Amino acid sequence: MRTLRYLLQKEFRQIFRDPSILRLIFIMPVIQLIILPFAADYEIKNIKLAVIDHDHSSYSRNLIAKIASSGYFILTNYNGSYSEAMNKIEHDKADLILEIPASFEKELVKENESKLFMAVNAINGVKAGLGSAYLRSIIQDYNKEVRTEWIQFPRFDPETNIAVTYSNWFNSSMNYKIFMVPGILVLLLTMVGANLTAINIVREKEIGTIEQINVTPVSKVHFILGKLIPFWILGLVVFTLGLGIARLFYGITPAGNIFTIYVFAAIYLLAVLGLGLLISTYADNQQQAMLISFFLMMIFILLGGLYTSIDSMPSWAKAITKANPVSYFIEVIRMVVLKGSGLADIKSQLLTISGFAIVLNGWAVLNYHKRS
Amino acid sequence: MKQFFAFVKKEFYHIFRDRRTMIILLAMPVVQIIIFGFALTNEVKNSKIAIWDQSKDAATASLINQLEASRYFEVEQSIHTAKEIESIFQKGEIKLAMILPQHFDEDLRHFNKAQVQLIADASDPNVANTLTNYASAIIMDYQNRITHEKKLPYTITTEMRMLYNPELKGAYNFVPGVMAMVLLLVCTMMTAITIVREKETGTMEVMLVSPANPLRIVIAKAVPYFLLSMVNITTILLLSVFVLDVPVNGSLVLLVGESLLFTLVSLSLGLLISTKAGSQQTALFISLVGLLLPTVMLSGFMFPIENMPLPLRTVSNIVPARWYYSIVKSVMIKGIGLNAVWKETLILSGMLIFFLGLAIKNFKIRLA
Repeated sequence: MRTLRYLLQKEFRQIFRDPSILRLIFIMPVIQLIILPFAADYEIKNIKLAVIDHDHSSYSRNLIAKIASSGYFILTNYNGSYSEAMNKIEHDKADLILEIPASFEKELVKENESKLFMAVNAINGVKAGLGSAYLRSIIQDYNKEVRTEWIQFPRFDPETNIAVTYSNWFNSSMNYKIFMVPGILVLLLTMVGANLTAINIVREKEIGTIEQINVTPVSKVHFILGKLIPFWILGLVVFTLGLGIARLFYGITPAGNIFTIYVFAAIYLLAVLGLGLLISTYADNQQQAMLISFFLMMIFILLGGLYTSIDSMPSWAKAITKANPVSYFIEVIRMVVLKGSGLADIKSQLLTISGFAIVLNGWAVLNYHKRS
Repeated sequence: MKQFFAFVKKEFYHIFRDRRTMIILLAMPVVQIIIFGFALTNEVKNSKIAIWDQSKDAATASLINQLEASRYFEVEQSIHTAKEIESIFQKGEIKLAMILPQHFDEDLRHFNKAQVQLIADASDPNVANTLTNYASAIIMDYQNRITHEKKLPYTITTEMRMLYNPELKGAYNFVPGVMAMVLLLVCTMMTAITIVREKETGTMEVMLVSPANPLRIVIAKAVPYFLLSMVNITTILLLSVFVLDVPVNGSLVLLVGESLLFTLVSLSLGLLISTKAGSQQTALFISLVGLLLPTVMLSGFMFPIENMPLPLRTVSNIVPARWYYSIVKSVMIKGIGLNAVWKETLILSGMLIFFLGLAIKNFKIRLA
């Protein structure tokens, strides 16, 4: 026990003697947590629409007015030619083109049917799909208005009408920040934790101080624990800071018990730090450690389920997410913060992450050789 | 000039002697492009939904069939009480519940009216929004088919064309983004620690007492990584075209040229970090923790920039990946030329000059 205490003392000294890295550990996550959630807005709004009206009739004008007043669209171009509108799309000044043919009103009134033409920039498939769906439903509404203008409907509507009512549970105001902030906090915590430990042992290898440890009777377990505990404490401080920001800046208070989050965070940090240590025992120099940790971080972050839904990934990618500790924490923190799930609900995730922690740290201890 | 080449040679030795690093450096972009190219999509598909069918008649059966037939939904279970909805959402498996009230078919046939209720788990507002939209689109289609059979007068039909990406593939949006991210981070990180490393191991002193020009030392550090990046650009482009089926519609020369420009920007950003950081740990922290998330979030490929509040839109202007992403999208997918991307090119060139100038200015020839 005394050995461990001295080792801890050494590690803490090392950390506190380099104020620049200490500042980074705290300031970087805080700044990012304050800034980044504002960027995370998937909601499709402000769709830029270029209208080409060849008809200039009262019908086409009414239709355009109706689209403009819907709130989803911004009219960027009006009355140009098709090639002009296409040019707008190429320069990202328009997302959608609506072309109204010259005989729009005439055909509608005389021949009972009229055609509109729509072209969508579909590079972002989701935006294209939703944007065109909004536009189509507005056109359909307009169509209905025209019909009621012309025909006296019988006692009940000849059109079939299925009324769809929606309700959104758990986050009825559809606040994207409640959803993103805890997730971003998880990512920041992961990066800080894994990176710090990943280059820690390698650093001692590179500078040569590891030789000094190797000739002492310090046991492997003590050595790893000595590296683990200080960063574990730092990580929990960063996490607390992050929760504080979530509360102060975004007014996010967990629906569930904050204790549940901490239990999970504590074990999760052990797993992440263990991963860093494991990388550290394998790498020969800091550059290698850094590359490996960067490689893993990128996969963990992009496949963690924060940005894109895990459900829509192909099955092999879903299998990767099963080995991704980040995806478990993101799932858990969302469940607790938004839905108020308790310890019993997150039991399976808790067991899995404990497994991660034990395997990764055990492996790191085994792989750390006192002989070089 | 001879001296300069000697330095470049030295840097190459550094890289080639560390086999592991080199292999990771060359293999990493390959693995990442493949994984992210296939796995990243903001499309929501195969979502599990629960259905509470209270009438169980022909109409509800055919509506449910249509939902099931679309690639967006998988009907996972049927529920029978209101309480069940809450509990299945709590478990987190099911994202959407559809409630079909009693006498659905009868209402539809006799009164031409019926009701459907959708309840979404909005803890992910994006998924909730998209799912309710998809579900109502399917319901609307179903309704239109019934209407269409009756041939109503005064019908406006809409013909639609999806430009650039008719199959609505996610890769078209994500591949350019992943390219920007991989190039930026690999190049920046690698150069970020080269100078610091020499400071840490003490070899910097040796160079500083030599008559070598500091400018040459700095530039020589970047040259080998620049060549490595060219290899990476080639593999990334080959993979995008042949494995991910993302075409190069525009000029290949322009695309490669822009990629090289972007690589140079990243390398000089790395050099700048390198001159500023005191230890490899700090350099790593700045280039990884400091750059990764802002690049993912502010370059526009995850979240549309036009939706961000004004201060963030301003901040996004200083993210180099944002401009490169826009260039790649234009050249590779839209197939337009330099006249459309000159502004972005100019901005990247400006960043290059700025970073490089600052790095050279910051490079200290005296020991602290």
